[in-house]
Amino acid sequence: MHFGPHLLLATLEGLVTSAVLALTALGLSLVFGVMRVVNVAHGEFFMLGAVLAWAITSAIGGHPALGFLAALVLAPLIVGAIALVAERLVLRRLNYNPEATIVATIGMLYIIQQLALTFYGPEARPVQPPFSYRILLPWFGYSGYKLSVIAASALLLIGTWLVLTRTKIGLIMRATQYDSETAQAFGIPVGRVYGGVFALGAMLAAVAGVLIVPISQAHYLMGQDPLLLSFIVVIIGGLGSLRGTVVAAVLIGMSDGIISMFFSPTLAKIIATLLVAMVLVFRPQGLFGTQAR
Amino acid sequence: MTDKNGFFDLSKTGLTRRTALKGLAAGAGLAVAPGFVRYSQAQSSAPVKIGFQSHRTGIGAAYGRWYEKTTAAAIKAINAAGGINGRPVEVVIEDDGTDPARGAEVVAKFATQHKTDIVFGTLFSHVVIGSAPAAGEAKIPYFVVSEGHHVASTKLNRYVFQPGITDVKSQIQSMAPWISANVGKKVTMIYPDFAFGYDHRDYLPPALKAQGADVIAQIAIPPTESSFTKYFPQIPAETEVIYHVMVGPAVLTFVKELGEFYGSSRPQLFGFIDSLEATDINSPGLEFLDGSHFWEGSPRYAQPDDSAAQKAYRAAVGIDDNGAAVGDPKDVSTAAHMFGCWETLYVVKKAMEDAGYKGPEDRAKLVEATEALTAFAEGPEHPQGAKTFNGKIHQCFGIQNISKVEGGKLKVVHKTKIEDGLYEAEGDYTTQAL
Repeated sequence: MHFGPHLLLATLEGLVTSAVLALTALGLSLVFGVMRVVNVAHGEFFMLGAVLAWAITSAIGGHPALGFLAALVLAPLIVGAIALVAERLVLRRLNYNPEATIVATIGMLYIIQQLALTFYGPEARPVQPPFSYRILLPWFGYSGYKLSVIAASALLLIGTWLVLTRTKIGLIMRATQYDSETAQAFGIPVGRVYGGVFALGAMLAAVAGVLIVPISQAHYLMGQDPLLLSFIVVIIGGLGSLRGTVVAAVLIGMSDGIISMFFSPTLAKIIATLLVAMVLVFRPQGLFGTQAR
Repeated sequence: MTDKNGFFDLSKTGLTRRTALKGLAAGAGLAVAPGFVRYSQAQSSAPVKIGFQSHRTGIGAAYGRWYEKTTAAAIKAINAAGGINGRPVEVVIEDDGTDPARGAEVVAKFATQHKTDIVFGTLFSHVVIGSAPAAGEAKIPYFVVSEGHHVASTKLNRYVFQPGITDVKSQIQSMAPWISANVGKKVTMIYPDFAFGYDHRDYLPPALKAQGADVIAQIAIPPTESSFTKYFPQIPAETEVIYHVMVGPAVLTFVKELGEFYGSSRPQLFGFIDSLEATDINSPGLEFLDGSHFWEGSPRYAQPDDSAAQKAYRAAVGIDDNGAAVGDPKDVSTAAHMFGCWETLYVVKKAMEDAGYKGPEDRAKLVEATEALTAFAEGPEHPQGAKTFNGKIHQCFGIQNISKVEGGKLKVVHKTKIEDGLYEAEGDYTTQAL
């Protein structure tokens, strides 16, 4: 294949990776930004989204789009509820102590994974895309669904940005993030905000899981890769920065798409890790992060 | 030693030190007393214990599930016919998580904790390779139903056998002439980047070369990859045949993305059924496979010329004419590989009977008796077909099926002969000490 079309395909693949990664990483970044909780179980919420999407689509018959739309609404809600319960039962009791929550979320990771294994099973299961339109380019064909994932992710990111910057909920979240003690003094129910943010973070991961499942099937171990990549994105972009998360996700997604296509996937991972090291050395707060006070 | 709720307070249970000691003494006395030989009759009636290393979880789970079903069916048939040497057979299952380190632990656990007579099972080559040293160390015979060339290469040890399924080197060698004559001569290979894939990488090019065909590109894909489109531009434009062999949970994605990429204007495809095992050929997105060819160890779909033994085997394992579980058309089997479990267990039975096997002390005899086997006739014990066995390399040789996808089914269009897959032995396990 010639260089031009080759690059085009690499770019498309990179954009799909970026889109999914941006959603997942945004959830992780929000939770850390507001609550100072490093959520190691974040990848499992992503997996739960995919697994629930399979369960919901196979329960609903008819046109595949019906089941998929239902999954897109229901799966994140269910995952959000699970996250809320986990937050109330575990994280709150630990007073959001940074060290304790890391260990607790590692425990949550294993519990969720084993529950998925018990109730869903170890198989990888496919979900039909809501529509299967193949875009025919002169050099190759490309899945129309994959392009729609990029669009859906962009819409969700814009939505999240609007909520954070233009609504009262966003204001409260930002106030809590800025200084939780003062926020509490001004009558903001910090505990409830924390619960909501944790659920929201999990829901963003779950949406990403639902979007990815028609491309790559649901599997109980699928949460590991996005977790690692999300951490890379969040470190590079700066914790709690929406703009940084999106930019870093595009950077990592595109480099993964292009470098792994022209050179090797291992090299793409090496470069991503090197980038993390560089960012930590020269700009520890991340590219767009603000200095911790 | 009590907590505040008294949960661990033994003083209330009435168990005094004196009664405890009495009980211990009585128990010990009973165990060493003359006449109390627990296995005095075991020589003839205690079950033969087979430790089954199964991929219950991890990326091999679909295979593991069907390997267990096939094994259960074979054991049921063997026990119904009187067991092995008149003793019933019992299977102990442990999950290896499709993980080499866990695999080795499982082998050790069978040898020391469950005290099974042999270890059996497992498919994924990296698990076999990871587990083989543990079997050799414990001197416990390890019968694998893998597919890689690792056993026949004689790189493992004398306790590892693969008597129920052919190896990749043999499979490729017997199919290469057909590929070159019927599909095309310029071949691009796509294979997983680990041991099983390397067998294809190393043995297909010379096998095709001998037929005047060429491998023009080789694309290795990491086993954890879940998206493949980005690799497809590496396929040279002049490719006539894409030879694909992928394994694990992402196989369906691989074939679907290949379809999206090429559409109807694709090169010819020749795949190992591993790229589609346990996957319904009528899944959305797979229509483009129509007209392509697959290797199958044993055909997934019932064929018009199936032998009585093949039909009986399918009924015993519980698969319908489409190779799916009876009563659940969505639960597609791993038919091309799992027959190996059935056949291997019958080889174990034959070898144990030849050796007059009585218990773990006869393991060395069992190894020698297995090495002495030479051929298995087609029939109820070997429904996939006749096989020869080379005791020096612990590997069997049999027939292969090449099937064409037609109307959403796989139809066998060519069967190779045993001789097509024979090659020079690369070593001799029998020279190793037992």
